[in-house]
Amino acid sequence: MSESLTISRRRLLQLAGAAVAAWQVAPWADKVVAFAGNPSGSTSDAMTTTLEAFADTLIPGQKRYDADYAIAGAARGPGAVQAGAVDLMWFPEAAIGPALPTLATMLNSRAASYAGQHQKMLDPTLPPFVALSFGDRTRLLLELLDPAAQDYLVWWALAAMPFLAFHTAGHLNTVHAVRSGHPGLRWLRFPHPDHDGLWRFPHFSYRRKLAHSHPRTTSNGNPA
Amino acid sequence: MPITETADVVVIGTGPGGAIPGFHLAAGGAKVVFLERGPWLKTQEFTHDLQLGTYTKLVDYVQCDGVNVIAGNCVGGSSVIYYAAALRAPSFVFERHGLVGRRLWPRSITRSSMDKWYDRAEETLPVAEQTWNDVTFAGGVWASLCHRAGRTCNPVPVAVDLKQCTNCGWMLNGCRFDAKRSMLLNYLPAALAHNAEIRPLCEVQTISPASTSGYRYRVEYSTVNAADYRQMTGGGSIEAKIVILAAGTLGTPVILQRSAQFLGAMPDAVGKHFSPNGDHVTMAVLDEDKVRNVLGLQRDARTAYEAFPIGKPISSMTFDYLDEKAPEFDRFSLQQIFFPAIVNVLPEDTQPGAPSWFGLSKRELTRRWRSWINVLAMTEDGNEGVFGQPPVSGSFTRLASAASLGQITYRPTRQTLRGWKLADERTRHIVEHEGVGRFLEWSGSPNALTAHPLSSCRIGDDPALSACDDRHELRGHPGIFVTDGASVPTSLCVNPSLTIAALAERAAHLISRRAASYGVQARPDVPAPQLS
Repeated sequence: MSESLTISRRRLLQLAGAAVAAWQVAPWADKVVAFAGNPSGSTSDAMTTTLEAFADTLIPGQKRYDADYAIAGAARGPGAVQAGAVDLMWFPEAAIGPALPTLATMLNSRAASYAGQHQKMLDPTLPPFVALSFGDRTRLLLELLDPAAQDYLVWWALAAMPFLAFHTAGHLNTVHAVRSGHPGLRWLRFPHPDHDGLWRFPHFSYRRKLAHSHPRTTSNGNPA
Repeated sequence: MPITETADVVVIGTGPGGAIPGFHLAAGGAKVVFLERGPWLKTQEFTHDLQLGTYTKLVDYVQCDGVNVIAGNCVGGSSVIYYAAALRAPSFVFERHGLVGRRLWPRSITRSSMDKWYDRAEETLPVAEQTWNDVTFAGGVWASLCHRAGRTCNPVPVAVDLKQCTNCGWMLNGCRFDAKRSMLLNYLPAALAHNAEIRPLCEVQTISPASTSGYRYRVEYSTVNAADYRQMTGGGSIEAKIVILAAGTLGTPVILQRSAQFLGAMPDAVGKHFSPNGDHVTMAVLDEDKVRNVLGLQRDARTAYEAFPIGKPISSMTFDYLDEKAPEFDRFSLQQIFFPAIVNVLPEDTQPGAPSWFGLSKRELTRRWRSWINVLAMTEDGNEGVFGQPPVSGSFTRLASAASLGQITYRPTRQTLRGWKLADERTRHIVEHEGVGRFLEWSGSPNALTAHPLSSCRIGDDPALSACDDRHELRGHPGIFVTDGASVPTSLCVNPSLTIAALAERAAHLISRRAASYGVQARPDVPAPQLS
C-alpha cells in the first residue's frame, strides 16, 4: 500500500551518494543516468529493465518476447510487469519517481556485489540485477528485504509498487482496469461493477443461522 | 471587525470524538467552530476506486517504528472510512490493570456506568443488529467454521442502514450510498443546524494562551492545499474559552507536545501509553470443496464461497475468548473482516521456507483471492507505544497524499505477544479443524498494523499514568478536553468506535454542565440530534 513511499530524505541522500560511487565503476550505469527522469523511455533502457526485473522477482510472469531479459520467465501468465508495475512507480501520486534512478543504480550495485560474493559470471551487456538468474534475484531480494537490513524500508517501499500494480491497478481507474482486463485484477477475479461503475451485491448472504450466539450476549447483541 | 477571531468553543477534529461534544455544545447555544485538517467530501465524491489519489485523499497510512496505523483524514474523521462495527466493550475491559498492576480506567467508569452513554450513541448513529440474513458470505463461513469447531459466533452490530446498504464492499473509500452512519449523517449536520461552523483543510499546529480578555486559548492552524496536503497555503487563529481536542490518537498528543513551549509543561502521559487496540490480523485460504461438503454451504448452483470481496467488511465474530475469568492478556475477540487488495503484500504464502510473502507460491495464493477470509484478533495489549519528538508541522511527516512517517515507537511486551500467539492458535484451530481452511499469517511486514489507534492522551485517576482526569480535562490546563480515541485508557477487545462515541457523549455531558465556569453559556443535556 502507500507505505511504499516511506523513504526518508536522509536515506535517499545516503543512497544517492552510494549510487554516485557505483556510477564511477559500472559500465552500464551511464545508461541509467541517460534515462533518469524519462518515464516514457523504451523498455530497453537499463533503468526500466532493472525495475522490471525487480518487479518480476516479486510477482513473476512470462516473458513478453524472446529477448525479454527483464522478465525471467519463471511463471506462465501475467506478472507484475504486465500489470504495470513500472508505470505505477512513475505514477505521480506514488511520489516515488524522483528516487527511481537512484534505486535502480543501487539495485545494480548490490547485484554486482552479490555476483562477486557468489562468484557468478554476469553478462556485461546487461545491468547486473537483470543479468542474475531468477533464483539469484530472489536471494538478493531476500537480503534487501530482511527487516534487519539497514535499507530495509527503502526496498520495502519499492517492493510495494509491484503489489499495488498487480493487485489494485493503482495507477488506473479501477472500473476501467477491470473492464479492460487488467491482468492482475483478472488474476484475482476481481468482481465487475454495475453499468454505472459502482459495485453492488444484492446476493451477499447464505441467509441461514450458522452458529449459536454466545450465551452471555446482551439483548442488543453485545458481549456482557 | 475584531483583530482576533473568537469562538466559545474550538473543536479540533470532526471524527466522533469532536463531532459529539461539538454538537452538544452548539445545540446548547455555544458558538462552536470545528477545525479539520482533511477535506470535506460529499457523498458523490466517495469513489469505488483503488487508484492512488482517490481513496488516499481520505485515508492516512502512517508508518511508525514497530506499528503502522490507518486513520481517517477528512470531515467526519475515521467514521467516514471505518467498517462501522458498533460494539460495547466487555465489562472486564474497564477493570483492566495492564502492565502496572492497578486499575487503569477511572473509578467513575465501569461498563454499567457506561451503558447509558452507549445507549445514546447507539440511538443517534443509529446502530442496527444484523440478523443471519444480513451476515455476508464471509461472515457466514466464519460462523460455520466456529460452529464446527465447537465455538459460538455472533452477528456483529453495525452502524449501517441495512436497508440502504448495497453490500458493495468499498467501506474504506467512504460510503457512496449514505448507508454507513458516519458523523456526516448525524452529529455534524445536527451541529451545523445549530450554527456551528466546519472549516476543512485547516490543520491545527499549536495551542497557546489567548490574548483576548475572557478567552483562555489561541488555536493556531495552517490551511493546506486540497490537492497536496504537504503544501500550506496560509493560516489563521481562533481564540476560545474551551478547546475540544479530538485530532485523533496520532494528532492529539503531537499538538500538545508542540504547544508545551507556549502553555507550559504537559502531563507526563501525553504521547505515551499508545495502544493499537491489540489488533492482530491473520487469514485463511479456504478449500471450496470443503466449504461445500464439510460446512454444507453453497451460495449458488456452482459456487460454495468465492466471496471474499463481497459485502460489508465485518459481519460475524466470536465472543468465546472474552472470558472475564481468564487471566489478563489471554482475552480477545476473533472477528471476520475484509481488507482490500491494497494490503495483499502482507499475507504469507503457503510454502515453507523463504521467500514467505513474494515470489511464485505467493502469486499462486493470490489466484485464490476470492477464497480468502481475514480474521482480526482484538487482544489486551500493554499500551507500549511512545511518541518521539513532534515534526515541525502536522501530526506526522507526510511523504505523499496518504503515506506518512510517524513518531511512534512500538515494542510489544511478552504479555502482548502472548495474547497474539493465543489468538493465532485459536484461529488456526477454527479454520483448520476439519481441513476447510489453511491458516496463514501476515508476514509481509514486521510491524503491527492497526486501524484502531488509542490511548496516547488517556483519561485516568493516576496523574502518573493519565494525561487527563476522568472528565477528560487535560491535567494542568483547564478548559482543554481530550475526547477522541487518544483518551481511551486501554485496548478494548472489540472495535473501539462505539466506545469512543459513548465516552464523547459522557464527556459532552460533563463539559456542558460546567461550561458556565469557563464563561460559556451552553444548556446541558440537549435532546439527541433529530435525523430526517
